Amino acid sequence: MTTQSATAEPVLSLRGLAVEFATKGGAFRAVDGVTLDVIRGRTVALVGESGSGKSVTIQSVMRLLKSPARIAAGEILFRGRDGRRRDLARLGEREMRGIRGNEIGLIFQEPMTSLNPLLKVGAQIAQAIRLHRPLSAREAYAQAVQLLRQVEIGDAAARATQYPHQLSGGMRQRVMIAMALACSPVLLLADEPTTALDVTVQAQILRLLRSLQEQLGMGVLFVTHNLGVVAEIADEVEVMYGGQIIESAPVDRLFDRPLHPYTRALLASLPDADAPHRPQRRLAVLPGQVVDPRHLPPGCRFEPRCSLAIGECRACPPVVQAAAARHQVRCLRWSEA
Amino acid sequence: MERSLSEALLQVSNLSVHFAGRRTLFRGAPPPVKAVQDVSFSVAPREIVGLVGESGSGKSSLARAILRLISATSGSVRFEGVELLGLEGRALKDVRRGMQVIFQDPYASLNPRMTAGQNIAEGLVLQGQSARLIPAAVADLLHQVGLSGEAAHRYPHEFSGGQRQRVGIARALAVQPRFIVADEPVSALDMSIQAQILNLLLDKQEQRGLALLFIGHDLSVIRHFCDRVMVLYLGRVVESGPTEEVFVNPRHPYTRALIDAAPAAHPARRRKRSALSGDPPSPITAVGGCAFRSRCAYAVAECRADVPLLRDVAAGHSVACIRDGI
Repeated sequence: MTTQSATAEPVLSLRGLAVEFATKGGAFRAVDGVTLDVIRGRTVALVGESGSGKSVTIQSVMRLLKSPARIAAGEILFRGRDGRRRDLARLGEREMRGIRGNEIGLIFQEPMTSLNPLLKVGAQIAQAIRLHRPLSAREAYAQAVQLLRQVEIGDAAARATQYPHQLSGGMRQRVMIAMALACSPVLLLADEPTTALDVTVQAQILRLLRSLQEQLGMGVLFVTHNLGVVAEIADEVEVMYGGQIIESAPVDRLFDRPLHPYTRALLASLPDADAPHRPQRRLAVLPGQVVDPRHLPPGCRFEPRCSLAIGECRACPPVVQAAAARHQVRCLRWSEA
Repeated sequence: MERSLSEALLQVSNLSVHFAGRRTLFRGAPPPVKAVQDVSFSVAPREIVGLVGESGSGKSSLARAILRLISATSGSVRFEGVELLGLEGRALKDVRRGMQVIFQDPYASLNPRMTAGQNIAEGLVLQGQSARLIPAAVADLLHQVGLSGEAAHRYPHEFSGGQRQRVGIARALAVQPRFIVADEPVSALDMSIQAQILNLLLDKQEQRGLALLFIGHDLSVIRHFCDRVMVLYLGRVVESGPTEEVFVNPRHPYTRALIDAAPAAHPARRRKRSALSGDPPSPITAVGGCAFRSRCAYAVAECRADVPLLRDVAAGHSVACIRDGI
């Protein structure tokens, strides 16, 4: 499995992606030199806190950035169904429209932002299909109902005739997934798709995404702030902090041997639902505030909160180092961990 | 003996909260939405009681009814022996000073047009603190929640989410409460900030001997934080007991499903059990019998008959389910 994924061609490769925001106070980079690969049939989790740049990364892949944000550097290499590799960072809006919703599907935290409240869900999905496929209205509608079945919506034919507001939150999330999958994308981008859901519904949606990926073999780039969700869904993990990836590893390895002091502190600060209740209930705490990409420290971006920081950490930004095969870390002192 | 009767700081008995459905032109008044139904529990001084349930379970309505932010339909809420329901004006204000609330969104309790210092000072003024002493008292409260005294001059929007929650906690502490309702106090915060705020709440709880009603949906936080836990489903308590007992030996199928649905702490422990199917039902379309039976894998014909009553299954552990040994 490892050898297969190591040799497989990635469906998406980000190479040194940088996104700049031009503001009155000057320009700053919300994403700064992000490099990662998403392989077909695998899920890469992009995990980080607010301001880490994880959502901006997804928006740039979809080319949905709005002014004052723009791609300032780097490549977004996408290998489509035809096997051709294109740099999405350099594509025009017309060409992007042929890819968005067709070869790349997108699901958000809030389904209502992507569903049309005035259109019955079956008709919406059919419309999305016909945008990219030469099908008759009747054929597209039949396929829409089939998709609703695929996302495990009971009584799909009846649900197809309902409006989004008539559905529960979990059901709407399923409809959005059906819509994202309408044209059999090779890459699915998921931006916190379970964050607004109850834990019971979250578990259902995560299970559904896993089983759909098994059936369809698409690559998934999954953005989340929740390490529990990462543990449930990811094959590979990219941890972001202050616009950069500071650690990347296969999921088991990351939870077993986190190397970056930030990753280690985060994992240590989480209460463990499987651990017995202790009388001493203090959690390990990561002090300070999340770094603001507008005011970055000169050296390592995590240095102000790091218990291992030394003079060199303040002097210059650390480069990415390979700690093991497929385990990379952006820290001078990772080996002392 | 007499002492034991007055031991509860908060005693909630048979509390119900119904919301009237909105009457429209073409339709008569719909049946009321029963957000909270017949809930009874108590909170002892210094105790942390957790309240869990899905959205629509009535956890926030229950908390708001206890605080008299919304009106209860029936039942009783006694705080330090005084009945709150029906209390008005000055008397209500006096009792309420002993209880405070911290919301998920601190903006809900902070006035955005006032500085952090002014927001906190309000509580001190209410207590009759002399104006001369207020700046020092505000600075002291800010220090107690880990902020510098300089923060007093900043407006709520100038703080990060975690700092704003600290200001919200300082505001709540200003009136010297004995009881705090914490309604999802860390749900909107970044991962690395959640532990800071939880530890801060524990510090204050210990130092001041506070009792807490902690509302949350994150079971790992509840398990870690609470002495006792109550599980709410469609407005009713379906299980309650000492936290560890409930987590290790959940007796209600719903509690078990909730625990199973929580994400794993390690990929090696990914949930393999089947997830609870279906959505949380709506309190508008209530059914007879056990409200959970539509999603329950153990439902039998008798579950349709009556609303199951809470029964004791172990010391302090009760469950509202007629099935046994499942």
